[in-house]
Amino acid sequence: MKTNSKILTGTHNLSGNEACVEGAIAVGCRFLSGYPIQPAIKIMQRFLSRAYKVDATYVQMEDEISALAALIGAVWTGKKGITATSGPGLSLMMEHIGLGVMLETPCVIVDVQRVGPSIGIPDHPGQGDMMQARWGSHGDYEIIALSPSSPQEMFDFTIRAFNLSERYRTPVALMADEYVAHIKEKVIISPEKEIKIEPRRYYKGPKDKYLPFKRDKDFIPRMVDIGDGYKFHVTGLTHDDRGYPVMNEECQEYNVHPLIWKIRNYVDDIIDIKETKIDDAEIVIVSYGAPSRIAIKAMKEARKLGIKVGSLKLNTVWPFPEKRITELARKVKAFVVPEMNYGQIVLEVERCSYGNANVVFVSYAEKNVDNVDDLLSAIKQVIKEKEIKKEIIEYHT
Amino acid sequence: MKAEPKNVNTGIYYIDGDVAAGQGALAAGCRFIGGYPITPSTKAAETFAEIAPKAGAVFIQMEDELASIATIIGASYAGVKTMTITSGPGYSLMMETIGFGAMLEAPFVILNVQRGGPSTGSPTKTGQADMMQARWGSHGDYEIIAIAPESPQEMFDYAIKAFNLAEKYRCPVMIMADECVGHMTEKVVIPKADTIELATRKFYKGPKDKYLPFKPDKDLIPPMAKAGDGCNLYITGDTHNEKGYPISSQNLKTKTHKSTTRRLIDKIKLNADKIIELKEEGIEDADIIVVSYGISSRVAVKGIELAREKGIKVGSLRLITVWPFPDKKIAELAKNIKAFVIPEINYGQVVFDVERCAHGEANVVLIPHGGAGVHHPEDISDAIEYADRENKKIEKIIEWKTKLEKLIFEKGFKLKE
Amino acid sequence: MSTLKTIKSNEVAHPMENLLRMDRIPHIWCPGCGIGTAVTAFASALDKSKVDLDKVCVVSGIGCTGRVAGYVKLDSFHTTHGRAIAFATGITLGNPDLKVVVFSGDGDLISIGGNHFIHAARRNVNMLVICVNNFIYAMTGGQVAPTTPLATYATTSPFGCVEPPFNIPYIADSSGAVYVARWTALHVRRLTNSITEALNKPGFSVIEVISPCAMYYSRINKLGDGLDMMKFYHDNSKIKHGEDTKNLDIGFQTPITVGKFVDRERPTYTESYKKWLSDIKKEKTK
Repeated sequence: MKTNSKILTGTHNLSGNEACVEGAIAVGCRFLSGYPIQPAIKIMQRFLSRAYKVDATYVQMEDEISALAALIGAVWTGKKGITATSGPGLSLMMEHIGLGVMLETPCVIVDVQRVGPSIGIPDHPGQGDMMQARWGSHGDYEIIALSPSSPQEMFDFTIRAFNLSERYRTPVALMADEYVAHIKEKVIISPEKEIKIEPRRYYKGPKDKYLPFKRDKDFIPRMVDIGDGYKFHVTGLTHDDRGYPVMNEECQEYNVHPLIWKIRNYVDDIIDIKETKIDDAEIVIVSYGAPSRIAIKAMKEARKLGIKVGSLKLNTVWPFPEKRITELARKVKAFVVPEMNYGQIVLEVERCSYGNANVVFVSYAEKNVDNVDDLLSAIKQVIKEKEIKKEIIEYHT
Repeated sequence: MKAEPKNVNTGIYYIDGDVAAGQGALAAGCRFIGGYPITPSTKAAETFAEIAPKAGAVFIQMEDELASIATIIGASYAGVKTMTITSGPGYSLMMETIGFGAMLEAPFVILNVQRGGPSTGSPTKTGQADMMQARWGSHGDYEIIAIAPESPQEMFDYAIKAFNLAEKYRCPVMIMADECVGHMTEKVVIPKADTIELATRKFYKGPKDKYLPFKPDKDLIPPMAKAGDGCNLYITGDTHNEKGYPISSQNLKTKTHKSTTRRLIDKIKLNADKIIELKEEGIEDADIIVVSYGISSRVAVKGIELAREKGIKVGSLRLITVWPFPDKKIAELAKNIKAFVIPEINYGQVVFDVERCAHGEANVVLIPHGGAGVHHPEDISDAIEYADRENKKIEKIIEWKTKLEKLIFEKGFKLKE
Repeated sequence: MSTLKTIKSNEVAHPMENLLRMDRIPHIWCPGCGIGTAVTAFASALDKSKVDLDKVCVVSGIGCTGRVAGYVKLDSFHTTHGRAIAFATGITLGNPDLKVVVFSGDGDLISIGGNHFIHAARRNVNMLVICVNNFIYAMTGGQVAPTTPLATYATTSPFGCVEPPFNIPYIADSSGAVYVARWTALHVRRLTNSITEALNKPGFSVIEVISPCAMYYSRINKLGDGLDMMKFYHDNSKIKHGEDTKNLDIGFQTPITVGKFVDRERPTYTESYKKWLSDIKKEKTK
């Protein structure tokens, strides 16, 4: 796919939402279908204002259900596409995330998280949709989710999200939050030739031999565009290589198990974590999104007090870095997990630590995420723990 | 309170699970079902549509699942017991409004007869892959209760249990059945009305002008006033305070308001011991414990039998309520056994919680199954045998390779000509 | 380019082999059902209208009619329940050169997908919607539909339907569709002509096909088999081209007005969008 040379190379002062759109345009995304919801509206607005320059298609659909349905349709015409929403919209998209997975359609869904459940607080950041991103649609599937913590990462991760979705032919969720989406910071957009673009994996063989779900050696079936004369059929029903529905146990295993494997077998390639001062650490802060901004601060403060703290930032939250957490659990005393919810990813940390380290949860739900004190006080308290408590610890301040 | 005789069709029947669930809902005093046809749950809705009018209850077929769930939450606030009936794809559509119902603390029941997924999947075949979705499917943090029946009789009994839990804890209660249980025909005994115990909703009795819709009693559950009681209710899906008024971002910064969201979680977590129902068999001296739920627990019985014939000490822990998860029970059991074996008709969902609560004290073996069928008992007994042999602590989930998987991916899958 | 294959005397083939996925035949539809007739009319129309078959894309939802996508040898998508139109909107905006046909049932398009139906008509998105109306949810076993006439029986209205039904041409007309017609499964030739005409018309076109459901609708309501229903259509259909869509309500076994009701011009979404893009480009480069 050729990128339009409309990339705004240079240094800018952008909000997270704006940076996300620039990332999408830089990687060649030319389709957005969405439905207005705070705090993701700026993504739609920015995309629309850039659409005429890059000949992109923008459509505001009648709801989030149709927004994702239209996106999947557009992707099959050869476009790269994105949609942006927030919690309630993501809930409405759940059925089509399943369709995207079943049709193995590459697309990017941006969820700018706000406080939930239900309507919640539309202009306050939250991280309550993390488990939903993994488990929200019915049936079994695996998903990739990235979590940016700054406008620069909104730009970078949007590009990576598109590349991963093309590589693994799966919907990729960009799990931002209101804080990261609205904060304005310096964003460096690199020159066009330095931006890596993963091309779509197209089928090249004879037209009458095309099987839409025949897996190649890299585990990924090849795509074709609508209108290229392949006359293919795809369905959300359990299907065989031809895309025809087959309703039995064997086909269910044949169809669905590889949907899981194609992610689980490549976790080392997909997982991206950033570790800081972890070698000598006794306590590791595991964070993602906006709270990872204070994790570094808390780490520095704690080290001033003589507590050896390291930081592990999850750039990709799903698939979860199980192996790394299990490894670290054998070495460190405790994990401290700050999240803007009532405990989601901390459950995964507890699961993977195998009772070898304490797990402390610090809730930033409905709180100011700039406040380092809560995190720091948790670190100070857990360092005093003599034994491993086999449950999640929550210190009440 | 006892069930009303007009709602209970006492007798011994030979019916399928869906029909039993419809009968159970009526017996529990359900007055309103809003639903939308979807295989394999339709028969439950049809049953209710047929038996409801005589008992003065209402069935309405809405335009989609989004509307179905919204309409029953409305009915719940009108003061009646309500339910909706669906399967995977419909359940996905309900996700937004499930969060809304949890936020409003409206008592209601959802029957999800699970089928093969994801997406349209295998509509006429079984699956258990919506278990995590039940727990995590809506955005934001909330807690629900989920029950997994394994027979038509239980479809009847647990429909009543589900209504009782919903009314008591004012939260969404999910009956996570599956196609096998829904379409299986067996003997179902519907007892006399005076033997069926029903929970009643805690209604507000104080002065009308003093009512705070979300001010909890000591048990963390607020008494409810229904629409039309003259309490001037203001109910919103916005994050709200005890009065029910929305909390803004500004309120939070100045710490002037406290939201009720934390309590949504606490009222289930802190009452978990009262809610959780488990069925234990032979776990006292077991080396291996099979943790199962729904139709898988019926298949597991045979697997356990085969393993016991080989002299292995196997126990069975059946999760009747899957959510809230029995954290403490699993942690306790883990200390004294070699391994947990979990057969699920999915590629690993509830097994993650077993792994989490085992805290590395026992191995965790998953027997996956993609759906559209149930486990082979030999897979279960083979996995048990392996778990018994394995003396090393393995710090990750051990995924058992089933006969089906070997057949398809080692010998090659043949396209149907 | 004629796609109908001439059959040589020694060759056993189906005359519509080029348009149907022969490897999936036999289909799942019951004897007496009208969906097959609608597909035949569609296939003949494709042949007649001389469109480039590579550029035709069929999208279906869920239900009996939802299976159509799986039987036509074109780029075809079997999507989720009610979302065929939304999915098709994405396709037609993603590649405006395609001719997108949504082939689905009344429950799929008008009940769960009702919102997408009116909005796509309002936007005038380029697509042809063929809506097979059998007055019932047949795939799930005969539940009441938004088109089920008053007092008609269904499994979820065991005492007779109490809700008034939708008049599909009227919704389509008032929401902005540029072409609206209704035929029954009996009117094969007229239906084919209508589809041919609509295929060549830009904008949002709707063709309702009244179809017998011999398995559920007629069995529950004791209307006989498929042939009896066809006889009923024969005796009770009135062709009234240009009839005001307000007058097209269908009651239980009442006469059915068929014909072409709306044929008008409105700018399509694609045209408007392209114009907007070029206008704003000119303005910005001034």
